[in-house]
Amino acid sequence: MSSASTMPLSLRATRSVHARSKILLALGLVLFVIIVLAAGTGAVQIPPLLVIKLLVTPPFSTAWQDIPQEHMQQAMVLWNIRLPRLGLGILTGMALAISGAAMQALLRNPLAEPSLVGVSGGAALFASLAIVLGGSWMLALQQSIGEFALPIFAFIGSLLVTILIFIISTRQGRTSIALMLLAGIAIGSLCGALIGLMTFIASDLQMRSLNFWSLGSLGAATWPMVGMVSCLGGASVIILLKQASALNTLALGEVQASLLGVSVRKLNQVCITCIALAVGAVVSVTGIIGFIGLVAPHLVRLAVGPDQRVVMPACGLVGAILVLLSDLLARTIAAPTEIPVGIITALLGVPFFLALLFRMRRKIGL
Amino acid sequence: MLEIIDTGLDIGGKTLLDNISFTIAPGEFVAICGPNGAGKSSLIRLMCGELPPTRGQVRWNGKALHDWNLLQLARQRALMQQRGEVGFDYTALEVILLGRHPHHQGAAREMDSRIAEAALFEVDAIHLAHQIYSTLSGGEQARVQMARVLAQIWEAAQGPRLLLLDEPTAALDPRQQHRILGIARTWANKGDVAVVAIVHDLNLAAQYADRIALMRDGRLQKMDGVEAVMNPDAVEACFDLPCVLLKHPDGGTPMIAARRNH
Repeated sequence: MSSASTMPLSLRATRSVHARSKILLALGLVLFVIIVLAAGTGAVQIPPLLVIKLLVTPPFSTAWQDIPQEHMQQAMVLWNIRLPRLGLGILTGMALAISGAAMQALLRNPLAEPSLVGVSGGAALFASLAIVLGGSWMLALQQSIGEFALPIFAFIGSLLVTILIFIISTRQGRTSIALMLLAGIAIGSLCGALIGLMTFIASDLQMRSLNFWSLGSLGAATWPMVGMVSCLGGASVIILLKQASALNTLALGEVQASLLGVSVRKLNQVCITCIALAVGAVVSVTGIIGFIGLVAPHLVRLAVGPDQRVVMPACGLVGAILVLLSDLLARTIAAPTEIPVGIITALLGVPFFLALLFRMRRKIGL
Repeated sequence: MLEIIDTGLDIGGKTLLDNISFTIAPGEFVAICGPNGAGKSSLIRLMCGELPPTRGQVRWNGKALHDWNLLQLARQRALMQQRGEVGFDYTALEVILLGRHPHHQGAAREMDSRIAEAALFEVDAIHLAHQIYSTLSGGEQARVQMARVLAQIWEAAQGPRLLLLDEPTAALDPRQQHRILGIARTWANKGDVAVVAIVHDLNLAAQYADRIALMRDGRLQKMDGVEAVMNPDAVEACFDLPCVLLKHPDGGTPMIAARRNH
């Protein structure tokens, strides 16, 4: 064998890079189609072509005045109700899926989930505390900052619990990711128990909003809410995407990654902070939407292989697609009632995940 | 030049290494031998900079390891570990490209792919290029890991290089053992590469290394040229194993054979 025989290999390597950018492009197109479909579906139907036309005439543009009267209702519904909801769905899917991919790379474990850093548990705990024990105090808060009251409270909870888990698993500036996993499980159970206590003492009305919160919904979407989530979540997701190639080296283990010039200590801390912020921001608004962070990275790795530089952006797109589809189902399947989207993601996610386990079973020779 | 100066290492109140001093120059191949638990792996962990020494200093090119820029050091020093597990389904070629990270930091260039292939070719494993690493046998994985560390410090332009191998031959059949240590020898012969390998088989070490370091109980017991170390008394003192000296019929390399245990 000589250099001639190694040539085709490098060609193959470059070709696969092209194949991967094609996959990203294809996913982008799919997402766009789903956005157009979902934006047009609901109590007020909007045909796809009209959706596209209305998309390029936002309410603040001068062209808004030229929208014919018979389309005005559709334009209002699209811009005031559907689009913020789609925006929140896209942000939710991206944040959960990309955080999931990052978490799995950090732990070198394909079963890791972003909620393992305690974000969801913390958010749920504080949300239920606010709902059940908030009383007049919470009411006053709601009067001053309105719809933001509960999300802000939940977000503070997600951060506090993540910080607690972080402190437990960090010593002398070094964070043990394995310890973090265990602490996450322990603190998660504690949160679960406290939430159970809140449920126990809650009134029927409180129970209802508690339930709704823990099942997840995109119904709270408004433009200011989307704006707030995208500031926090969007920035964190961008920082996470930048860690992709450093996360790749973690596949060789933390020691080798640091010998390859990656500051593992910093990488761990940056990633955990970003995951907590991104997932915290999303979960505080939507409630718990499960399985996206687990399923999306698996789907993507099956298609494009393990390279985080492709996996993470592709995860963002797949996560957004999954959440939008689930939400579309959630609000049409029993219309005019809305099923919490978390139920749909779990109903679809669990069988899918079991199918993956069956595949894995064969692979490990069981 | 790798300098180990009065170095000691304590972990959890236990002294793993104590009072170790030696230097290794580029162009040299040093084998580290010793019984289990002698501190060989701990020593290599100090040499690569994974752990800071509790006492003394480890210097590469006149600068203490922890003063080095991580990326710069990564282009000059590579470590092959005993157990090279890789998470997720990376192919052998992709694993080696990960070793090129200090050079491309993400965006692998055409050149990195070529180096990765050349490294795979050097360890006689080009046929494994597109196989999933985790499905390879232990010996095949070891060869891919060897190719990965070679690819990491492939370019001479980065200055003198340090190749650290922690039991590179443990999982290999005899032919591959000789191939891997032969490659280590070839790299030392380049003149600007210092090679340190932990080798369990003294005779194998004697055939390829310039010097052998005998370790026991966290201390350096003897470190000298092959002829001087390969004597029954020194080996018995280190391993508590009575043995005799032989000559390899082909070239006269000293060899050690254990006496039968009654």
